[in-house]
Amino acid sequence: MKHNRMRAHFTGILVLLFAGVGQVIFAQESHIGGLTGEGSRGKQLYRRYCVGCHGPLGDGRGENAPWIDPKPRDFVTGTFKCRSTPTGALPTDEDLYKSVTRGFVNSNMPSWLPLTKQQRADLVAYVKTFSSSFREEKPPSPLSMPSESAANQQSIQSGNELYQKMNCWSCHGKEGRGDGPSAQTLVDNRGYPIPPYDFSVGTRFKCGESNQDLYRILMTGLDGTPMPSFANGLTPAQAWDVVHYIRTLQMNVKRKKQTAENEKKDRGESKPVGAQPE
Amino acid sequence: MLLRLRAAVIFILVLGVVLSVRQPAHAIPAFARKYDLPCSACHEAWPKLNDFGIAFRDRGYQLGNEKDSPIWQNPSYWPITFRITPEWHRESSSNQVVDTVPGNPALGQIYQDVTTHGFDFSGLDIWAAGTLYKDISFSVLPSADSSGSFHFENVFVRFDNLFRTRWLNLKLGKFELDNLVSEKRMLFLSSNGGFYQVYHYTPFREVQFRASNPPIVQFNPVFGIGDNQLGVELSGHSENSYARYSVALLSSNEGSPGLPNRTYDWWASFNQGFAVGKLGVQRVGAFAFFGQRPTFFNTSFGSPVLSEGLGNKSLYRAGLTGLFYIKKVDFSTVFVHGWDNVFLGTGTAANAPLPVGARGPTWNGGFVETHFTYSPQLVFVQRNEIVRMSRQVFRTDPRDLGDIDAFSFGLRYYPFMFSRAGLALHTEYSLVRSYKSASPLPTSTSPFGPDLRSSSVFIGLDFAF
Ligand code: HEC
Ligand code: HEC
Repeated sequence: MKHNRMRAHFTGILVLLFAGVGQVIFAQESHIGGLTGEGSRGKQLYRRYCVGCHGPLGDGRGENAPWIDPKPRDFVTGTFKCRSTPTGALPTDEDLYKSVTRGFVNSNMPSWLPLTKQQRADLVAYVKTFSSSFREEKPPSPLSMPSESAANQQSIQSGNELYQKMNCWSCHGKEGRGDGPSAQTLVDNRGYPIPPYDFSVGTRFKCGESNQDLYRILMTGLDGTPMPSFANGLTPAQAWDVVHYIRTLQMNVKRKKQTAENEKKDRGESKPVGAQPE
Repeated sequence: MLLRLRAAVIFILVLGVVLSVRQPAHAIPAFARKYDLPCSACHEAWPKLNDFGIAFRDRGYQLGNEKDSPIWQNPSYWPITFRITPEWHRESSSNQVVDTVPGNPALGQIYQDVTTHGFDFSGLDIWAAGTLYKDISFSVLPSADSSGSFHFENVFVRFDNLFRTRWLNLKLGKFELDNLVSEKRMLFLSSNGGFYQVYHYTPFREVQFRASNPPIVQFNPVFGIGDNQLGVELSGHSENSYARYSVALLSSNEGSPGLPNRTYDWWASFNQGFAVGKLGVQRVGAFAFFGQRPTFFNTSFGSPVLSEGLGNKSLYRAGLTGLFYIKKVDFSTVFVHGWDNVFLGTGTAANAPLPVGARGPTWNGGFVETHFTYSPQLVFVQRNEIVRMSRQVFRTDPRDLGDIDAFSFGLRYYPFMFSRAGLALHTEYSLVRSYKSASPLPTSTSPFGPDLRSSSVFIGLDFAF
């Protein structure tokens, strides 16, 4: 009896030791601006806020996952939609931080803006611990983004042509209503049906709402979804043209305001539309 | 006559306590079900909100993911929550005046402790709340006492983000006065601990005078910061809800429907949060209430015409609030200064002479409530509260007449944490000392009795679905 208890103690100590070592090896940090996020603090927050959807193992199989569409992200695979890095690469800490802050429109993923910056940075650090990729590789540097060209008629016209040429319409539809010929057949990397974005009703995108965000979406793609990266098909100037054309498909976005804002932005006067609020 | 008066005083005191405890507290699994979020996403420990919950509430019960309108919900979704607490409790009060020989008042009276205990259950909340449409939210909360008689604790419609700014939201109906430290969301449930003394304080003399003038009590209810009021509120908040304000115009009737009395009160509150490094969000705020109450009413052949109050006299409350976080420990702090016009303080009709030497009573009070959130599933709570009269109605009254010391502690344990329902094992002990507030014995020459001490022990299962 006594012996047994001793053994139990011993195993207990071993487990503790092991866990301790594990902690050291897997300790993760995130760096966002001047902030350092710590995985250990992020873990507490994750259990409070995120575990019901993303699951205790970060595999997107939380208890609510069966009821949610689109499904919560599986962090283990290291595949993320919103990145500033090329398709197939890991997102930067900043990218994850922005996703956590912004939330995902048309999904159950809320904006966690009410949490402090430090808390969001801690969460990012913890989210990264679920995938070995973050330990094995470093995210490449973000895609460079040349400054936006003027959103004039010529640019929009060119964007229209590219929208046809690059087959955007096959998924998003001729008028951007998300009803292209292949729209019904699309599935994401986990086999769940996924509708292409409907420009006629949407105002915001999953990965932001500014023209810069749109440019990034086109050039990096939404990994894990059929929405590809066009970094190889479009020159930066062409990408801006497509951005300008897409804006004309958005019925619910006040276009006048948009162009006025763009003009201001071109002159470097204002923050980009939908820039991160802090 | 004097005995009757004393009986009435006790009755009013008891009534006051009964009315002010068992405040329906707010926690809404219906929202958790709608958004697939665990209770802990919005609540530090339900029903107390955290930063995310405050922002969700401020946005009009919306997440802003373009799926807030009910049209996006499965039609079988029904935004209803109910909450009730089966419990065992023990209530004890010191210095109660009882007959020396039961049934024989003629043989005299003595002080005695009165203690009861047994199984019980709280009132029932049946709460429906959510959105009617994008940017139009609502709440309806029929609430029953434990005998099953219902009243409407709140009923409102709110227009969110007017003119597309989050700084303008308009609410009409019966609602909780916006304040940083909400009594509806407190983590205490017992008869003595389940409300904030400073939120409901009435000076001892005023209670006494009111007791001798029963009709006035009916249409001139005592104001409570923690009581839901009827009116219209304009409120706003920054995107992360660190900065918040609210201004409300209220009927001077303490939220009683069917009692329009032609006068209005004002409420205003403002608070600001600061993200302090690793500690989290610290919030400080201020609030003010300015109101009036009638002191008499028209009569018709001598009987009161209650719907028409006359001789309005004013009262105000002003205070400071704070929420401070240090890792797993946080403090809710409140300071309140109160003043009642001398006519209210003495229960005198404005067309009658005041008692000689009477003055409008003033007082200060406050509390520090500490929470130790060991984990989202286990929280220890504790509160120290005091109220001190700063000006008694009569110069000759003892300085500490009606002062209050209150102390509570307890814990809440939530055996599971998910997004469909909530259950908490709640235990609590609470002790209140009211200075010189016991009724004097008939043989006593002093108009005041000794201190009154009441305590509660509470063990219950608080659940919401
Ligand atoms: C109510 C469910 C829910 C909760 C709670 C939730 N998420 Fe999500 N999350 C989702 C869904 C659904 C997606 C996928 C959205 C999509 O693909 O459109 C997602 C996606 C993400 C992504 C992926 C970003 C990308 O670029 O692919 C990150 C990172 C993330 N969540 C972090 C968090 C963190 C951190 C928390 C807790 C603070 C959290 N989530 C809480 C549902 C949730
Ligand atoms: C093979 C089908 C397909 C093609 C071709 C395609 N898309 Fe997409 N696109 C999608 C899908 C599916 C989504 C939705 C992804 C999601 O919800 O996560 C999407 C989303 C988007 C979004 C919204 C991203 C966000 O953050 O919400 C934009 C913008 C977009 N596509 C633009 C384009 C443009 C411009 C082209 C052509 C240059 C294009 N797409 C070509 C399938 C496609």
